[in-house]
Amino acid sequence: MNATVRKRPERLLAQPAIVMLLVWMIVPLAMTLYFSTQYYNLLYPGKSAFVGLENFAYFFTYPSFWTSVLNTVVLVGSVLAVTVVGGVLISVLVDETFPGQGIVRMLLISPFFIMPTVAALVWKNLLMNPVSGFLAWLWKLFGATPVNWFADWPLLSVIVVVSWEWLPFAILIFVTALQSLDREQLEAARMDGARGMAIFRHLTLPHLARPIAVVVMVEAIFLLNVFAEIYVTTNGGPGDATTNVPFLVYTQALLEFDVGAASAGGLVAVVLANVMAIFLIRLIGKSLTER
Amino acid sequence: MSNRPHRRLARTVRAVASWLVALAMFFPILWMLLTSFKKELDAFSMPPHFLFTPTLENYRDILARANYLHYAWNSVVTAGGATILGMLVAVPAAYAFAYHPTRRTKDVLLWMLSTKMLPSVGVLVPIYLICRDLNMLDSKTALVVIFALINLPIMVWMIYTYFRDIPYDILEAARMDGANTVQTMFRVLIPVSRGGLASTALLCLILSWNEAFWSLNLTTASAAPLTALVASFSSPEGLFWAKLSAVSTLACAPILVLGWASQRQLVRGLTFGAVK
Repeated sequence: MNATVRKRPERLLAQPAIVMLLVWMIVPLAMTLYFSTQYYNLLYPGKSAFVGLENFAYFFTYPSFWTSVLNTVVLVGSVLAVTVVGGVLISVLVDETFPGQGIVRMLLISPFFIMPTVAALVWKNLLMNPVSGFLAWLWKLFGATPVNWFADWPLLSVIVVVSWEWLPFAILIFVTALQSLDREQLEAARMDGARGMAIFRHLTLPHLARPIAVVVMVEAIFLLNVFAEIYVTTNGGPGDATTNVPFLVYTQALLEFDVGAASAGGLVAVVLANVMAIFLIRLIGKSLTER
Repeated sequence: MSNRPHRRLARTVRAVASWLVALAMFFPILWMLLTSFKKELDAFSMPPHFLFTPTLENYRDILARANYLHYAWNSVVTAGGATILGMLVAVPAAYAFAYHPTRRTKDVLLWMLSTKMLPSVGVLVPIYLICRDLNMLDSKTALVVIFALINLPIMVWMIYTYFRDIPYDILEAARMDGANTVQTMFRVLIPVSRGGLASTALLCLILSWNEAFWSLNLTTASAAPLTALVASFSSPEGLFWAKLSAVSTLACAPILVLGWASQRQLVRGLTFGAVK
């Protein structure tokens, strides 16, 4: 029997996955593209009309739009900085064996498994409430005035909550990566009299280079989509202080029913994400060809 | 060997620091757990009560009045359904990619990964309208399909990396014995890689259970999962901290336990096989 004939049916096994993802990606995206050129409000369904780039013009001149882009960048950037720096330091800290190491690691990664709405509400109420939150008590304990977190520092508060959710992810990846660091090489370096800082700079950090890149890219995907944390805590406010691009699109689409404008905003989010995607694909693609 | 005591001290400091950092990270969860056993008034007390008479009142209230089981069932059905659907599609695809690659397989895999980067808001409007027109707003079926699609790229990738680690000889041997593709898959491949398949399913379950963008935007009541029930506690008039804590504890506990059990394997899926 001919080998190519025997192989072909098995290749078809990939088709359902490919077709499903193709439909999932192409159809809605094409619709978004189409809607973005339409005047289309769900409140006035009969009145849709082609308006060219007017929705984009509306969005780009809308003050909240630029605020939301800025908020998105600040949110993604700060959470990335906190989780990568914190993640590297903490995973190096817990890398050497000590009593209870396993439990410490379990505790450290736990927040990652908490659902976003829970994380946000527990932080907002139980911890950050200015009157009866735990942090208010802690502040008073040290003689400081409790901070009214979500009223006075809304974006910072959201950043704190989201960082708490994603720091465990970075720790989990880095701890795993450190386990493959050559122990003999480490011992040899120590024998040669290398001190902690030198080992960290010349052995640990280079070893973590790829895991760090992966963490940055994977987190970026999820962080560009942060929604629930804002939805349950600040609702984008006060004003538009914590409105990121996803939240702005949500308000346009499901609160103002402006399909055209929301679609234009959605496309902006897609472009923003694509810039990051190009880097990630390159990175993962490299790791695929390496082996 | 004059630096031996010095080194032991450094070790102790390090261990203590590790424990402190870990406890600080875990504290919000611990505090939530403690608050869930407090009376509503105690939950607000200032200074906070560390010692109190625990009560199961909140849990009783939630089960009786907040209709917790309805939402929990929706979470089980949507997350479980998405996992089953995802596995049914992902396993054959990963099989084809791992053992019958074509010249384009690598590009297809990378393209699948790239769909993961399509931000949900980019397709919020059309998906919402499609669901509305198909009468699938607030439907569990819609969530099952969407959760499966969101996680499909990760699942295909993860299973693909597991399959790639299995030597092809094992499959060839089964072939020689006269097994066809389906038999080879069920009798050899799936048993050999069941650990990897289990952790892939688990990751899909965890991510679907915690998904909050689509479940908040596409459901109102009848199909709303636990993420939405918890979100309903965000309204000012509904601020009952002890009950919020009890709901949250129940909603998170199963996933937390599953996560602990599978932390090591999750790394592979979450990094698309780049870190093992």
